[in-house]
Amino acid sequence: MRTALIVAALAVLLALPSVMKPYYVTLVLPALAYAIALLGFNLLFGYAGLLSFGHALFVAIGAYGAAVLSSRMGVKSFEVILLVSAAAAVSAAIPVALLAVRYVKIFFGILTLAFSMLFHSFLFKFYDLTGGDTGIRVLRPSLLGRDFASLDKTAFLVGPFYYYCVALLVVLGFLMWRLVHSPFGLHLVASRENRRKSEYLGVRVRFIRLIAFAISAFYGAVGGVILAINTGQADPELAYWTHSGELVFMTVLGGFASFMGPLVGAFTFVFLKSELMGATQYWRFWLGAILLAIVVLFPRGLVGLGQELWARARKQ
Amino acid sequence: MSALIETLDVRKAYGEFVALDGVSLAIAEGEIVSIVGPNGAGKTTLVNLLTGLAAPTSGSVRFKGEDIAGVGPVVLARRGMARAFQLVHVFPSLTVAQTIAVAVVSRTGKAMSLLAAIGSDAAVNARVREVAEIFGLERKLHTQSRFLSQGEKKLLDIASAFALAPEVILLDEPTSGVSSADKHGLMRNVIDSARKAGVKSIILVEHDMDLVAEYSSRIVALQSGRVLADRAPADFFADPQIVAAIVGKRVGRLAKDAH
Repeated sequence: MRTALIVAALAVLLALPSVMKPYYVTLVLPALAYAIALLGFNLLFGYAGLLSFGHALFVAIGAYGAAVLSSRMGVKSFEVILLVSAAAAVSAAIPVALLAVRYVKIFFGILTLAFSMLFHSFLFKFYDLTGGDTGIRVLRPSLLGRDFASLDKTAFLVGPFYYYCVALLVVLGFLMWRLVHSPFGLHLVASRENRRKSEYLGVRVRFIRLIAFAISAFYGAVGGVILAINTGQADPELAYWTHSGELVFMTVLGGFASFMGPLVGAFTFVFLKSELMGATQYWRFWLGAILLAIVVLFPRGLVGLGQELWARARKQ
Repeated sequence: MSALIETLDVRKAYGEFVALDGVSLAIAEGEIVSIVGPNGAGKTTLVNLLTGLAAPTSGSVRFKGEDIAGVGPVVLARRGMARAFQLVHVFPSLTVAQTIAVAVVSRTGKAMSLLAAIGSDAAVNARVREVAEIFGLERKLHTQSRFLSQGEKKLLDIASAFALAPEVILLDEPTSGVSSADKHGLMRNVIDSARKAGVKSIILVEHDMDLVAEYSSRIVALQSGRVLADRAPADFFADPQIVAAIVGKRVGRLAKDAH
């Protein structure tokens, strides 16, 4: 059943550019970016039980990595941009994690929030370095050494870049799936469920949390690179706390208790937001109302709701 | 007989309050040592020192000749000491098999296998099944811990500690929450399993004098942070003063009857 759903979803993703208007396909790109970022976010939140309120930090590092590398240093290769930006995010994550993994719950959340706001202030204030509130442009990269010069910007984004991002989601999704079902993943869940007991069973809680944090930063940065290339811009709003809030929102919307939840959440959120923004200026109100309804009525998110409906349908 | 665990003139103070004062004891291979004493005598503090959770204010705590003052549970688990808890400690959403596997993974140093599939690791699964069978949990392997009965949770707590293949296991009131009809069954099961699993010594912290009298090879009685007595059970229960000081007269008589 699960495999069938995944294959179907993948088929839809691959078919989209040929059946949908380019505008909608450019909406799928941020959804792909968020899906990748949330795979990492939920390793911390869903599996390790650590809720980061500042995870946009790593998305922003990815985006600014892409901006600096492409417009300031003339790097064209998407692969190099991905790896260098993700490596930067991991190096930033390690000192943050060394401090943050000592804490859980609200203290962990506030610490991560504080770090992301520090980065936001840095981006905002150091105008000469970061472009301040206007940010830095992100130039179109080459993919596997090919720069697709004959395609215009939109054709590039909804064409080769789109398929590349789908492939990234598949590969990174598969790796994350393996990770959460590995001995490491088991220790992570054990440390979430009962820290003291897990330590007595030999689980190195702080160390595995640190590793999980670094991996989630890697995924966050990959998402950030894709977002920035899609919009052609890296700006400080990416590091702002409301952006971190959106990451939490998407995860809760889809359901953090399941592997697929954040992916469903990312796609639903991006489309919901774009539809609401087009329909009403009070879109923030409606997004809030929807989140409220999800938390109260379906605490396991859309995936949890789907599972429940499926179980009920099978009974009848 | 060489001492597996020893404390030398250990003192532990929390500010003004002295929880332990000049405690020296040695536990050798093959012993089952009970630590008894009224509430506030320092049992919990001693257990925390023995399991490396806290460091003594002065004096030393050694396990296999090495200082373990405050090294923490993770290091001790690797060196061969396990602990089961007074209150049941399990992972509510993990299954019985997964819970035991947590310890097997630590034991085999596989915790950093980031991409290996735990579910299809034959060596881990075989060991998990073996441990589950020792404790009669093999039919519940795929049940989540939160759906187990209180007694089964207790067994699982101890079983997961056994899965570390420890040399020493510290049992903190292993039969609390278990019906009095079942407690002897559980204790015999635990001690037999321990022998089979190669556990060399057992430290038992227990209020139930019935169990202490039946299963200990030696009893260490604490009172107000000092060792009041360190004797074989027969000597211990033959001294009415000590028994009265530790457990009160009524239970003292009970334990004597048991002999």
